[in-house]
Amino acid sequence: MDNISAIEISGLDLWYGDFHALKNIRAGFRERIITAIIGPSGCGKSTLLRVLNRMNDLVEGVRMSGHVLMKQEDIIGEAVDVTGLRKKVGMVFQRPNPFPLSIYENIVFGPRIHANMRRHELDDIVEKSLRSVLLWEELKDKLNRSALDLSLEQKQRLCIARLTAVKPDILLMDEPCSTLDPQSTQRIEELMRELKKDYTIIIVTHNMQQAARISDETGFMLLGELIEFGPTEHVFTSPDDRRTEDYITGRYG
Amino acid sequence: MRNPRRTQKIAFFLLFLATLFIVVPVGLIVIIIIQKGLPAVNWQFLSDVPRQGMRAGGIFPAIIGTVYLVTGAIIFALPIGVLAAIYLNEYAGDNFLTRIIKLAIVNLAGVPSVVYGLFGLALFVVFFRFGASIIAGSFTLGIMTLPIIITTSREALESVPYSFREVSRSLGASKWQTIRYIVLPNALSGILTGTILGLGRAAGETAPILFTVAAFYLPRLPHSVFEQTMALPYHLYVISTQVPNVDEKVRYGTALVLLALVLFMNLVAIVIRFKFRKKKKW
Repeated sequence: MDNISAIEISGLDLWYGDFHALKNIRAGFRERIITAIIGPSGCGKSTLLRVLNRMNDLVEGVRMSGHVLMKQEDIIGEAVDVTGLRKKVGMVFQRPNPFPLSIYENIVFGPRIHANMRRHELDDIVEKSLRSVLLWEELKDKLNRSALDLSLEQKQRLCIARLTAVKPDILLMDEPCSTLDPQSTQRIEELMRELKKDYTIIIVTHNMQQAARISDETGFMLLGELIEFGPTEHVFTSPDDRRTEDYITGRYG
Repeated sequence: MRNPRRTQKIAFFLLFLATLFIVVPVGLIVIIIIQKGLPAVNWQFLSDVPRQGMRAGGIFPAIIGTVYLVTGAIIFALPIGVLAAIYLNEYAGDNFLTRIIKLAIVNLAGVPSVVYGLFGLALFVVFFRFGASIIAGSFTLGIMTLPIIITTSREALESVPYSFREVSRSLGASKWQTIRYIVLPNALSGILTGTILGLGRAAGETAPILFTVAAFYLPRLPHSVFEQTMALPYHLYVISTQVPNVDEKVRYGTALVLLALVLFMNLVAIVIRFKFRKKKKW
């Protein structure tokens, strides 16, 4: 696999006030594969994810230094067009969180915000997005129903569809299956394998089996440091660092 | 040791009694006013102007006056109150200035209504030269309602889950777009409910309109917002204390109409809240 890098991180530090949450991170996320970030709670994996679409900006007292390059452009800094960045880098959250609107309205929310669109253009987007998450056949006759009436798994799929509607390049997933049952988790994982044909996916997960199952590359984080980063098979079978091995074999976490 | 079960029973009884004491006055007020006022209320009473020195005829100009005043107060206070609530809740950080503002709002709610009346007289009637007019009275009532609108609006905004804002921002929406399309629609029912309840209170106030708008006797409808008008609470005060030999049932009839107006506004608020609550499930 010699995909080009979608994201290059170097010398990245992040502080929440006095707390040094990310320490000198260096990593390259390659295009159109799934990269998993694992590590115990509080290790900074979600924080790292939220650097990539600058969602950390919403937290008061955040400071960052270092470089995060996407297509030769550094996304760290005041001058960055955060709106444009978030269009390119979408995020799926831990709890499925559709808006209390209809299924249709949920999907067109993003496109409508970014451009003035005609009804038939929006209709197209809705169909494409729902097809991309394999919900179209199920929901095509229920587009005006409230999204809150869907099952958890459908909601999470809808949230992914809401993302693909704004045509991002990169999908960030922050423990997307942690509220789902095993069958739903499995189906979402299948969907992710499908999606990686078109998107660069970075997933943060607590669940090491999940990381092993779906990811091509894995990063292991501990106390704000990226301890190990490489092909998933390598990280899980013969990690270079003792701490990675301890975590994977369940000595802590 | 005394019997704890008996102590508990006595405590329950006393607590129940205390609660009952809330219901009794409300019930009595409503019953007495309906009993004494209903005979006076008929179509002529509601649609005619006062006659024979307010001893006969109807109270139509006072009803319309109060409706105008409440409408004016909404037009003035709702936007200001909601915008202020948005600023305080969504934009302002927690600093010295915003703490002063919040303190000011709490204190504004505690100012006696007659002081609002004097304030309205000084600012709107005299300083802005509106004279005693509907516009001056509406502004005064509006300012009196502002703390309630701001407080309830802030609560309504705060009750919109953070995750909605987070998702919206993550989809590339700006802060304002998020407020406009996600936060406000979901807070609307709370905002409206609070506003209507606040205005319901304002509609029944006499003191703020006393110096700013209310006409003692003006048996016609106002032609513009710069004119005085009659208003229900002040009319009730006038026929109860200033005019001799007014039939008791006319006084109670007026009180009944005022009460019905205020209760109707509260009812609207309750219906709005109920409708929206059925819809929301997060």
